[in-house]
Amino acid sequence: MLPSCNTCPVYGNDFGIETPDDGGLLRQVEAAEEELRHAAGRGLGAPLADTDLQEYFDRVVGADQKIEPRDWMPEAYRRTLIRQIAQHAHSEIIGMQPEGNWISRAPSLKRKAILLAKVQDEAGHGLYLYAAAETLGISRDELVDLLLAGKQKYSSIFNYPTLTWADVGAIGWLVDGAAIVNQVPLCRCSYGPYARAMIRVCKEESFHQRQGYEILHTLSHGTEAQKAMAQDAINRWWYPSLAMFGPPDTDSTHSAKSMAWKIKRFSNDELRQRFVDMCVGQAEILGLTLPDPGLRFNEERQSYDFTQPDYDELMRVIAGEGPCNRQRIDHRRAAHAEGAWVREAAAAYAAKQHQRLEVAA
Amino acid sequence: MSRQQWPLWEVFVRARRGLSHTHVGSLHAPDAELALRNARDLYTRRQEGVSIWVVPATAITASSPDEKDAFFDPAADKVYRHPTFYEVPEGVAHL
Repeated sequence: MLPSCNTCPVYGNDFGIETPDDGGLLRQVEAAEEELRHAAGRGLGAPLADTDLQEYFDRVVGADQKIEPRDWMPEAYRRTLIRQIAQHAHSEIIGMQPEGNWISRAPSLKRKAILLAKVQDEAGHGLYLYAAAETLGISRDELVDLLLAGKQKYSSIFNYPTLTWADVGAIGWLVDGAAIVNQVPLCRCSYGPYARAMIRVCKEESFHQRQGYEILHTLSHGTEAQKAMAQDAINRWWYPSLAMFGPPDTDSTHSAKSMAWKIKRFSNDELRQRFVDMCVGQAEILGLTLPDPGLRFNEERQSYDFTQPDYDELMRVIAGEGPCNRQRIDHRRAAHAEGAWVREAAAAYAAKQHQRLEVAA
Repeated sequence: MSRQQWPLWEVFVRARRGLSHTHVGSLHAPDAELALRNARDLYTRRQEGVSIWVVPATAITASSPDEKDAFFDPAADKVYRHPTFYEVPEGVAHL
């Protein structure tokens, strides 16, 4: 993958950078969507009464067709998907906090409106994903409870603080960029509702990445202090973003099975490498430096060599010792508790209307 | 935590005039009016539609894949329902 902008095909370029359209990630999302439409055409036939369920499941997955909610599926497949989709949904919901932190302090009305729209998108992504998880037989309330009780995880990246306005740019460019690289292959996931949700998410996510890049580009072409602020944000977000791809392949616990089930298509290290290769050129155009003295192009591999993130730190943050773990979950608990009266009032109103209708009938 | 979960609604969106409504996903809402408003905010933030239907998920009756074989079988042996079944003599136009 060449360092290119993923968003060119859908959004106009308003800051004067030539970004060649050479098969960016959005193309891959569209290809996945197209594939989804065509997969059904490869006739597999319905399972006959005496077809072994496991065998039929394997055949559907093997033919790159989609498993749908009411199909038979192995229990471990269902559990793996619930865990992964829920964790993904929780990440979108918790992910609103670091950026929400800057809505009231955005430097202009335009930036504020954009940031509001972006944070609203994150909520939307969380809801698409919760809905996909619910098709596997778990309820929304259970999912919310598992998050609030700390029994299901969210992405460790959101446990880092947003200290300056430039962090909003760095999150858009690096964090959303890494998320897109991670998520584009999920558009081809074997579970239909998840694949469909991911197509929606990826299409919207590309606006996020681009708005972050634009913030950094503006700052890096501003005053010295603004440029320094942008550099500082990149220095702090680079390694945590690399860590978003998870532990190295040698230590990854869920990979092999998920690959066989076609839930996952590429390994953590493959995706991390793809992300690094994309970012180098983009950083150059920003005029900013990726904080890695070991970063250099490897002619033999036609890829960049880079310093791995600190995986011990990743494990500590996942275990709850990141800078903001407590704050994030406390905030979510408080927001949920403070919203209880709204949910109750709406339910009471609905019940009352329903009663009136019944009396009238 | 005891509470009553809001019911699930299935959302159908008409993308443009002339197209049929297509299922886009689902959401929770206490009643139909809020389901519509939530559907607008959730599924049409980028002008994806000109019309929305919301249907309580419990009101949908589905053919289960388990019955798929028997259920759709009657259609399988009626190839004569397709125009390609018929042989058209050479030279026949507008058929």
